[in-house]
Amino acid sequence: MTIAVTTVDLARLQFATTSLYHFLFVPLTLGLAPLVAVMQTIWYRGGDEAWLRLARFFGTLMLINFAIGVATGLVQEFQFGMNWSIYSEFVGDVFGAPLAIEGLAAFFLESTFLGLWIFGWDRLSKRLHLATIWLLAVGTWASAFFIIVANSWMQRPVGSDVVDGRAELTSVWELLSNRFAIWAFIHVVLVGLTTAAMLVFGVACWHFLRGRNVELFMKAAKLALIVGVPISAVNLGVGSHLGVVITDYQPMKIAATEAQWDTCGPCSFSLFQIGGFSEDDQTPSFDIEIPHLLSLLATDSWNGEVQGMNDVQREYEAEYGAGNYVPPVRTTYWSMRIMAYAGTLVFLVAALGAFLYRRKRLERTRWFLWTGIAAISLPYISALAGWLLSEVGRQPWIVQGLLKTANANSPSVGTSTIWLSLAVLALLYGALAVVDFVLMRRYARLDPPEVGGAGDEFATPAVGY
Amino acid sequence: MDLETLWFCLIVILWAGYFLLEGFDFGVGMLLPFLPRGEEDRQTMLRAIGPVWDGNEVWLIVAGGATFAAFPAWYATMFSGFYVALLLVLVFLIVRVVSFEWRSKSETPGWRSLWTWANTIGSAGAALVWGVGLSCLVYGVPIDSDGDYAGDFWDLFNAYTVFAGVTVVLLFAFHGATFLTLRTVGELRDRAEHAARRLALPAAVLAAAFLVWTVVVAMDRNDKELFPPVLPAALGIVALGLAVVFLFAGRTGRAFAMTGLATVSVVATLFVSLYPRVMVSNPDFANSLTVDDAASSHYALAVMSVVALIFVPVVLAYQGWTYYVFRRRLGGEASEPEKAEVASA
Repeated sequence: MTIAVTTVDLARLQFATTSLYHFLFVPLTLGLAPLVAVMQTIWYRGGDEAWLRLARFFGTLMLINFAIGVATGLVQEFQFGMNWSIYSEFVGDVFGAPLAIEGLAAFFLESTFLGLWIFGWDRLSKRLHLATIWLLAVGTWASAFFIIVANSWMQRPVGSDVVDGRAELTSVWELLSNRFAIWAFIHVVLVGLTTAAMLVFGVACWHFLRGRNVELFMKAAKLALIVGVPISAVNLGVGSHLGVVITDYQPMKIAATEAQWDTCGPCSFSLFQIGGFSEDDQTPSFDIEIPHLLSLLATDSWNGEVQGMNDVQREYEAEYGAGNYVPPVRTTYWSMRIMAYAGTLVFLVAALGAFLYRRKRLERTRWFLWTGIAAISLPYISALAGWLLSEVGRQPWIVQGLLKTANANSPSVGTSTIWLSLAVLALLYGALAVVDFVLMRRYARLDPPEVGGAGDEFATPAVGY
Repeated sequence: MDLETLWFCLIVILWAGYFLLEGFDFGVGMLLPFLPRGEEDRQTMLRAIGPVWDGNEVWLIVAGGATFAAFPAWYATMFSGFYVALLLVLVFLIVRVVSFEWRSKSETPGWRSLWTWANTIGSAGAALVWGVGLSCLVYGVPIDSDGDYAGDFWDLFNAYTVFAGVTVVLLFAFHGATFLTLRTVGELRDRAEHAARRLALPAAVLAAAFLVWTVVVAMDRNDKELFPPVLPAALGIVALGLAVVFLFAGRTGRAFAMTGLATVSVVATLFVSLYPRVMVSNPDFANSLTVDDAASSHYALAVMSVVALIFVPVVLAYQGWTYYVFRRRLGGEASEPEKAEVASA
């Protein structure tokens, strides 16, 4: 049997891999920028040089990470037009606006103030220099907001009409205040803060294990826990509320995520199941369920009704014509569970860390320190699974209800061209990932240099580059 | 002026800003293996553009975003049509971006040398492809009646567009060298001035020839009159001549202003030659994309105009302030007579 690989398949594969890869670097920047800003602020207000050392130490990690985020972000902007020209022409009027605003309002801010922060230690007053890191943080958050606005319009197209086969913007206010965008934005920045908190905490754990710089990193661990424990908990709630929003606008996505073929009410939440993922096999051969939980998660009520895929499919056929409107069920089901389980684990690790910290046993509990290091990976796993859920769950649509993915690619681009670009980007991204990982690991293990001492990158500009 | 034309002008300004600012970053990158005596000088060169190169690159990202938003059909046809060329640009820009941050992260000479060359090849390669790509818009590429690109990668190359690519590389190297004479002191500054003098004539002659050729191409292949494309082209030729004169007179500050003006004139000449089309079709001229065909709705353009009106001045203010903050020259100590000479430049 041969499987015909279409240009759409390849373009999707490229978009999925490059976007997920890009999003390995985004959340850490979103979270680490404000955390470094907080560290520098504590130093500025109290004069405790330990916080300055920490700000510079984690600032270096942020820079290594930021570079590759910027580099891979370029691919994101270009590939809409390169691989998805019909999509680009269809959505440009609406989708292009937040992208252009992102560049004008956020990218300039981020990049300019990052340069000022790196090189400005001895050129700006302490106060002005502190402002640059905060403006950098504002820039990263603004950038996240506008790109989420663009993505949310694909999930729930508002503020636009289709005129002559193209979407046209009718209300920028509706576009920006999309309920979907607001909740997705909160979810993403909280993911960023959680990712950064877990990284700071994990790096601190490593130093405790080695018995090095314990006093210094205890401060970092405390800050990480103060941020990580409440934020990871709140984000579980925000994520679940985003589920309610999705239920309103993308019932098929929720039904597929829960492998719910028939409409139910009250609905139980499936924790784990074998089988039940395809049209021919709608009943799982084994599952573990919690009664009422799905109703609660999807509708905010004890007995709420959740539409099944079979019913939504019938509705969509009546509305949009014949076709299969069911997204890949197994992928959405498992990506939601990986996201939620990893997210819950993050909270548990952080909470246990806080408990040990209060008991003053943190630096001596070796098994937990190893757990803390391993837990650096959890927010990443959770975030990637979340994007997979969000984008795969929208299929077969590229813009919900308006344009199908299968009709959106570039007619002038053939399979061999996309193979070439996939191969080139895979090689390049693979190499970058290895270098990035090696550098991050090396710099995370260094002893934070004394301020102005040997190895302090920021104090002696000659070493800066 | 209607909003479509306004946004065409805004995109020209974004490309011009990108060429003006990232142009000298690219130039510094190209000179990186050749100009300095040793590692210390090389770091000084990188620090001369260190605080600003990232912000300069955003001009490109915004140009791309603005094209997507204001002229979706242009963005769609150009980006899908110039596929392999843009893939090349991405590779060049990516290795260059990471080279800045990663080069300093290890002391071994092999590592340093790797990222030096990554920066150089990335800078020269991106400049070359932008020259070829932008000149293709005026020269014309095959476009079908649906407005889709109908050629392949090799259709982008002909004598004119290759000449454009080489011109842009050389012009950026010249621009970068004059930039370094303003941002450094001591021996490095002297070497930069020496490099600028060696690059001056070839760059000026090539760029002047390219400007003339562009006007000819516009009249020949894009149905343009001599006016207005001849205006920015003439301005560019004057600027190039003055850049050479100022440089050999030792007035490096003015020479830099003139290489900047010449760079902007190249972009202006290309786009003035292009208007009111955004992509010329060849051989079927009737399939050319025009500003009006490709533009977004009036409402979308109006919204973005308001956004641009608010943010562009703010961006210009803080980017300008950055150059003011980092105005101090870098490198070894300058001698007293040198300081006097530098002050008069």
